[in-house]
Amino acid sequence: MRNLLPLLLAGTITTLKIFVLTLLFSIPLGALVARGRMSKNPIVSTVINIYIMIMRGTPLILQLLFVYFGPYYLFGASYDRFTAVIIGFVINYAAYFAEIYRGGVQSIPIGQWEASLVLGFSRAHTFTHVIVPQVVKRIIPAMGNEVITLVKDTALAQTIGVAELFRVAQSASARQFSTTPIVIAGLFYFIMNGVVSRLFDRFEKKLDYYH
Amino acid sequence: MSIITVENVVKSFDALGVLRGISFTLNEGEVLSIIGPSGSGKSTLLRCLTQLERIDSGRIEVCSMTMAHSTGGTIQYADAKTLKQIRLKLGLVFQNFNLFPHMSVLRNITEAQVNVLAKSKGEAVATARQLLAKMGLEEKEDAYPCHLSGGQQQRVSIARALALNPTVLCFDEPTSALDPELTIEILKVIKDLAKEKMTMIVVTHEMAFARDISDRVIFMDEGLIVEEGPPDVLFNAPAKERTQRFLSRYGQ
Ligand SMILES: Nc1ncnc2c1ncn2[C@@H]1O[C@H](COP(=O)(O)OP(=O)(O)OP(=O)(O)O)[C@@H](O)[C@H]1O
Ligand SMILES: [Mg+2]
Repeated sequence: MRNLLPLLLAGTITTLKIFVLTLLFSIPLGALVARGRMSKNPIVSTVINIYIMIMRGTPLILQLLFVYFGPYYLFGASYDRFTAVIIGFVINYAAYFAEIYRGGVQSIPIGQWEASLVLGFSRAHTFTHVIVPQVVKRIIPAMGNEVITLVKDTALAQTIGVAELFRVAQSASARQFSTTPIVIAGLFYFIMNGVVSRLFDRFEKKLDYYH
Repeated sequence: MSIITVENVVKSFDALGVLRGISFTLNEGEVLSIIGPSGSGKSTLLRCLTQLERIDSGRIEVCSMTMAHSTGGTIQYADAKTLKQIRLKLGLVFQNFNLFPHMSVLRNITEAQVNVLAKSKGEAVATARQLLAKMGLEEKEDAYPCHLSGGQQQRVSIARALALNPTVLCFDEPTSALDPELTIEILKVIKDLAKEKMTMIVVTHEMAFARDISDRVIFMDEGLIVEEGPPDVLFNAPAKERTQRFLSRYGQ
């Protein structure tokens, strides 16, 4: 029991790292993907659409395996497991975020664009100052759901051998013939998601001044 | 002096001919009303003038600048710089206001002054306050559009358009989304602008209003101008049978 807490702590840190790095890269990458998905170029939008369909249509666990073992089978190259986890999560979450962004952008009435253009705003200014602020407000609930899912999905990193919290807790449980480590891990996910929803609620409230 | 010249403008959506050869001129200080049944192309005409739609052929001139003209069967639009200059000559007030919901009333009116006309913030705010006072909304500068009545929102949107000091202000059914009592307050604002000799094009279904404020009225049907003339002639003694039928349906 004495060794348990440091072990779990190390696992927690790995879990948090996966969580933060995934968001850090997938939130902006999602914007790029959304841009491609809405592209007027049919080749770009089709390719991006296929990518999104694969990301949303297959299990994340399979994608992680593919990202890690794919290069090995194809080119005989192997690389760091943690990097593979981040790549797998980022490309998966970017696809989901992209669809949320796209839905958000398309939900803004065309009149907002038209009023802006008639007032002489450039398209870029319209997008950044008129469209995006309204999109942000509209997508907060969907983004919140996705981020909560991510907290739980981090446990899948163990499929390619990354010792995140759940994996550490599971093996500790097996070693000690005790469910305590797993319960502690469960508690951690629960608290973390509590924090995440709190943050999103607060953000939502902050943008409550208009509708 | 003619501010807008429209010659033989044609515009189709796919196979649907929405404007089928429209020509008219608008003079400085003139109030022109456009009336006509639903689907006759009134909004499309305003949208072509304000560059929200591209015309297929014809010619549009605004303040002696050519916006678009046909040459040898293709339409030629002016360069981006000219188009932008022309855009600033024309203001447009929408039926459903299209205010920016995330900006305060004040910022709705200052945003374009600062970002498009490159005015200083202080100057923009001063102009906005002046316009808000004129619209009877000086108390509302910090409010957000969602907290205003429809009539108040429409007055803000008129102030927003006026803030860029356009040569012509266009209205596309500015009262259609409003209750009758709110309609009156908007009509009064437009009437006051007419008294100040603001040049305006007003698309409207309010016949009594069109008759009251206009110097000239255009009756459109199926993408064509059926008849145009001073309001007393057009409303009291329309020459065309089509116009008579339309007006009789509106209880004239
Ligand atoms: N973007 C578009 N794509 C296809 N058809 C369009 C488009 N905009 C307008 N139309 C069609 O063009 C015709 C004229 O429309 P427009 O909105 O100009 O009429 P209107 O005279 O303003 O009518 P209302 O009094 O109902 O506002 C209609 O048949 C309409 O369906
Ligand atoms: Mg219309």
